[in-house]
Amino acid sequence: MAPAQPTPVMEPMAGFIAHLRLNGFSLGPAESELALAVLKSMDGPALRDDRLGLKTALCADHEQWQQFDELFEAYWFAKGKSRDVLKVTDHVGAQKSSVAQLWDRKLAEGSGEGGAQQSVNAETDEDIEAEGGHGRLIASHHTTQFKRDLREIAEPEEIRQAEKAALRLGQAIAIRRSRRRRSAPRGEPLDLKRTLRASLARGGEPIDLFRRRRPERPVKLVLLLDVSGSMQAYSRFFLQFAKGLISQWYEAEAFIFHTRLIKVSDALRERDPFRAMARLSLMTQGIGGGTKIGASLGTFNERYARETLNSRSVVLILSDGYDTNAPDLLVRELTRLKRKARRIVWLNPLAGWRDYEPVAKAMAAALPLLDGFAPATCLEDLAQAEPMLRRLK
Amino acid sequence: MSSELDTLKAKLAETGFIADQEIAVALDLAMKLGRPLLLEGAAGVGKTEVAKALADMLGTKLIRLQCYEGLDAASAIYEWNYQRQLLAIKTHEGSGEAAEAVERKVFSDAYLLKRPLLQAISEDTPPVLLIDEIDRADTEFEAYLLELLSDFQVTVPEIGTLKATSIPHVVLTSNGTRDLSDALRRRCLYSYVEFPDTDKELAILKRRVGGLDDELAGQIVRFVQALRTEDLEKVPGIAETLDWAAALAGLGVKALSDDLETVQASLICLLKTERDLKVIVPEVTSRLAGKAA
Repeated sequence: MAPAQPTPVMEPMAGFIAHLRLNGFSLGPAESELALAVLKSMDGPALRDDRLGLKTALCADHEQWQQFDELFEAYWFAKGKSRDVLKVTDHVGAQKSSVAQLWDRKLAEGSGEGGAQQSVNAETDEDIEAEGGHGRLIASHHTTQFKRDLREIAEPEEIRQAEKAALRLGQAIAIRRSRRRRSAPRGEPLDLKRTLRASLARGGEPIDLFRRRRPERPVKLVLLLDVSGSMQAYSRFFLQFAKGLISQWYEAEAFIFHTRLIKVSDALRERDPFRAMARLSLMTQGIGGGTKIGASLGTFNERYARETLNSRSVVLILSDGYDTNAPDLLVRELTRLKRKARRIVWLNPLAGWRDYEPVAKAMAAALPLLDGFAPATCLEDLAQAEPMLRRLK
Repeated sequence: MSSELDTLKAKLAETGFIADQEIAVALDLAMKLGRPLLLEGAAGVGKTEVAKALADMLGTKLIRLQCYEGLDAASAIYEWNYQRQLLAIKTHEGSGEAAEAVERKVFSDAYLLKRPLLQAISEDTPPVLLIDEIDRADTEFEAYLLELLSDFQVTVPEIGTLKATSIPHVVLTSNGTRDLSDALRRRCLYSYVEFPDTDKELAILKRRVGGLDDELAGQIVRFVQALRTEDLEKVPGIAETLDWAAALAGLGVKALSDDLETVQASLICLLKTERDLKVIVPEVTSRLAGKAA
């Protein structure tokens, strides 16, 4: 394509691309060029077609496809509810730090000022790599940190450490699961069909032997994370745990829920911890009220289950089971979920308490539908959950 | 511009395909910019039809590659015809030809089995290449595909690089069972295909099922549209609507609400899982039929 002459539309177009990028579109210079080419090829007054053209060129998946119209309106017409998004574009820096603090306050109950920010900042890649060997932490049960109830960890320094441990734990579990099996030189049955076919190329001598091997199909992991008020003490660690799992697992998706359900996989995969936190806090704005586990699961079943779940999926729910919805809604949605997922595992921080009986009505009702139910009071508990996420037999 | 799009739509309509604005724009851009078009959407919304209609409209060949788990280069790009090569070597054995000459001969174009992807780039006129359900293929296969889609050439070690004689119009479809790689998504134009609205589905139905009473056709479409909003495991697609309409016409149904028993029995055309059939009890059918009337 010949380099486009500077036209009046180029500059606002660059702004629009930047606007989309801020909203999670992965667009590069090539896409900007494409966008201009689209406008050029659709030289006409019909705005609707221009919008459709750009939508076709710049969207990469269904989620973006759904967002696009709103973002388009927001940028070119700056109206309606999308104005907020515009504001973010204008004052990115200021906005971000303030929302990060919001998130901070929500999670860092009792911790020092800016606890989450600092701690998140601290776990740069370097850190992770330097202590990368801690995958072995799973086996060592000696670290006191591991056995403490997460509610008792209050010192900022301790919080930071525990967070890091949770992150590494998630990574370690994921790495172990996704390690590929080597093909064995002996013992596996010959693939006669393929061996014979290949022998044709060698004049009928079966020189190349092919063997049959079970294809490696790692389980797909779907995390549903309760971040409601009652989970406050735990959710920051669980989020780190989720981040560790998500960043390493071959196929994984994460969702958080309180009164509604939000997809956070992309935010958790974000390498820049500041941006990750900013995005997460944007997503959780409007927290308050109780937990609607049943309704959130319902949203998941309706909107995401079809595309995220397959017969190799394990759904991991991290929640205390305090549901403001009626228990039968939870049961109904869990039943629906169970039909689509291979296995449902529920980790409950309350279950670690001595003499715990699932008294929360919802939890009691849900129990018979679960394939795994385990406590998640301390980090060690999280490590113990690993066998439940093992490859499906 | 709009008139261009309208012409495109009209031409597509001639082939029996009713395009909405999104698809028209997507096809228009894909042809103008020479980019592959990735179509996503639920099963049964007519993604594959888009490619067929495009081929029909352009009057070119449709080359289809159905993806599946384990699809490899040998069945997607090319493979040597070993049997023919062996035969050729045997027949040349007595002729005293030099080994190099024989080798050159058996590793030539004539002994190459062209699979869909290679075939698509070696046609004289640009064909339409439909890569169906790309999400079913493995990620490794996506890599082959990327190479082909960016360079439009295939390298065969024995004879060198085969350049495209024509650049095909590429349409990829995906049901979203697996996330496609970003690289592939970025290479493609993207469009999400929704279930058709009432008017469009009615137009399709009238075009595809002949001799259908207008009143009944309207009821059928409204019934199916309402049915899609129910809590189903497998939402009926356009093909199901067409089947059902044909079935109802065959059974001599005049209006849905007149003959609920027959309608209930014929729901097997629309509902494809045991659970869905159980969920849509006669009461629900009656309610939907009442709405549709």
